[in-house]
Amino acid sequence: MEVSSLPISASHRAKLISAGYISISSLSSISPAHLARDLGISENEATGILKVASQRGGLGRTIPSHHSIVDGAQTAWDMLHEEESCRRITTSCADLDDILGGGISCKEVTEIGGVPGIGKTQLGIQLAINVQIPLEYGGLAGKAVYIDTEGSFMVERVQQVAEACIKDMQEYDSFLRKDLPARQVDLQANDFLANIYYFRICSYTEQIAVINYLEKFISEHKDIKVVIVDSITFHFRQDFDDMALRTRLLGGMALKLMKLAKKFTLAVILLNQVTTKYSGGSFQLTLALGDSWSHACTNRIILYWNGNGRYAHIDKSPSIRSASAPYAVTGRGIRNLASNCKRVKLM
Amino acid sequence: MANKLISEMGLPKSIANIFAARNIHTAKDALSLTEFELTELLDVGLAEVTTAVSSISEISCPPYQTALSLLEQRMHNEHLAGHLPTRLKGLDAALCGGIPFGVITELVGPAGIGKTQFCLKLSLLASLPSSHGGLDGHVIYVDTESKFSSRRMIEIGVNSFPEIFQIEGMAQQMAGRILVLQPTTPTEFSECLQKIKDSLLQHHMKLLVIDSMAALVSGRDGQGQCRQHPLGWHMTFIKSLAEFSRIPVVVTNQVRSHSGDDPFHYSFQDSRQNLDFPTTFDSHLVAALGIPWAHAVSIRLVLESKSGQRFIKLAKSSMSPPVAFTFAISASGISLLHDDGIEMTGPEINGICGQGVI
Repeated sequence: MEVSSLPISASHRAKLISAGYISISSLSSISPAHLARDLGISENEATGILKVASQRGGLGRTIPSHHSIVDGAQTAWDMLHEEESCRRITTSCADLDDILGGGISCKEVTEIGGVPGIGKTQLGIQLAINVQIPLEYGGLAGKAVYIDTEGSFMVERVQQVAEACIKDMQEYDSFLRKDLPARQVDLQANDFLANIYYFRICSYTEQIAVINYLEKFISEHKDIKVVIVDSITFHFRQDFDDMALRTRLLGGMALKLMKLAKKFTLAVILLNQVTTKYSGGSFQLTLALGDSWSHACTNRIILYWNGNGRYAHIDKSPSIRSASAPYAVTGRGIRNLASNCKRVKLM
Repeated sequence: MANKLISEMGLPKSIANIFAARNIHTAKDALSLTEFELTELLDVGLAEVTTAVSSISEISCPPYQTALSLLEQRMHNEHLAGHLPTRLKGLDAALCGGIPFGVITELVGPAGIGKTQFCLKLSLLASLPSSHGGLDGHVIYVDTESKFSSRRMIEIGVNSFPEIFQIEGMAQQMAGRILVLQPTTPTEFSECLQKIKDSLLQHHMKLLVIDSMAALVSGRDGQGQCRQHPLGWHMTFIKSLAEFSRIPVVVTNQVRSHSGDDPFHYSFQDSRQNLDFPTTFDSHLVAALGIPWAHAVSIRLVLESKSGQRFIKLAKSSMSPPVAFTFAISASGISLLHDDGIEMTGPEINGICGQGVI
């Protein structure tokens, strides 16, 4: 491996190369003092370079250990086990949960897009509430971070959805324990509201900043199980002339979000807008931010109008098959289309 | 927050100086580069850059609020919990109290349906004294189509609130609170918006009405980029006006007849299904400003007329399910025929029908 691939400053790199240290292996058996003298830098800096180099070099070496063959790797079997124990966030629409394999999965980045007014924000709010359903009702008992870039977050609506959710839990309670005395669900809509952390973002710089800061924020605030960005697109669609820069920044952001999802076992929901694209002789709808962005998310769900109803379509997912399901936006939130099935599906 | 100076963020002196030496002065400059680009440019190690970027991020990130504190703040600090009642009972109930503060509410519909009537009524409502359920403030009315009629506004006022307008001098006081701007070119319109921004900060403004947005911005016809860019600027600007001054902003939008036969579809939708797509709409009308604009508005009210009746439909709102109300226009302005809305599940909530408008 070449020295030029090391994440060190340009001047150090130049000094290494001009002093003849071209490959990383040439750095493997050298003392910091020696290197410092050769390069004419301080011993501290030399130690830093050697540390970086040994980390980098270590990746290629195979150190047999009882745990794993390659450090940091995980066997597919372990992953399967972990995936099974991982809980999902219900969407409150049984049909949609079915095609998603039980709900929005944690540890993954899910993008949800659709035309204006289809119910993206509604679904976002619903998920921010549903993540807080207590464990005994099949929920995650988590908290939510809501990053609002468009100003479309309506706190009155959150209250309505929370109240409907509590009512559903009460119904569920009496349904399961018919013979037992009814147990009171001692939850208030305001408790739900207190567990939603809301960030209002007014520029793309702030959007990048908040995503950089989230890692610290989440480790300080326990139990955050969902991060909702509504929408990822808005500022990046307005203020950009340099498309290459936009792609780089979006790519970096997607990586950080994916890392968050893995590290804290939480679901990341990105809401996206639509745009029209000319292909095959006609204009077609597609999600915004272009083709390279479409690789950034693990799952992609498109909400669309079909015939007389709203449908959700799984456009991309590594684990579940592509399918569509109808859903409805009601006064109580996102629900099944059929009116006889209004109860939330709880796992 | 984006333009916060790095030199004032309390970073270690050594690293702050390096940022300054490379002409990276604000958070925006720093965060517009990836961490690898920064190591290259600043000539320091990745670890230092990562630490610096994370502290810059933390400082330039706006503070969070919980949804609960947000709700309490609205309840306590704002008149009527942040809503301008339209006095149309059913609609107010669906909107949790009326036109919300801080976001853009759009009225879209064919010519002559009553958009301007609605705007006039809202302007009056906002200027009424709070003892009568108004917001007791000034209204800015940007009239790009020269359709504002003071006579009609007073007429609506006299008929809907006779008790106020019979008081001597009240009509003058109410009408005096409504400031009308009539820009005629896109440039003037942009200047108008700038002026509005300044006066919003100084005066007691309670409502901004733009009637209509489409007249100036989409006057120059053309597909794609060239039209979206100026609109993009106006869009963000108006949104931020609404947001920072916490006032309701009402914007009207015109309609165009749709050039294609079908609404747009995604590539995964079966093309044969398109044939079954209900084509019962008598005329294909779509909102004049395209998809990016529709994403930017928080509430879209569609006004249409179908089989001799006028409907007002809540086509986009994150507060309520889609509902439609029948309405009529009389001497006292716009009024609902029934306060119970018709819940609509299908895509007809977005359709705009222009049939039989007189």
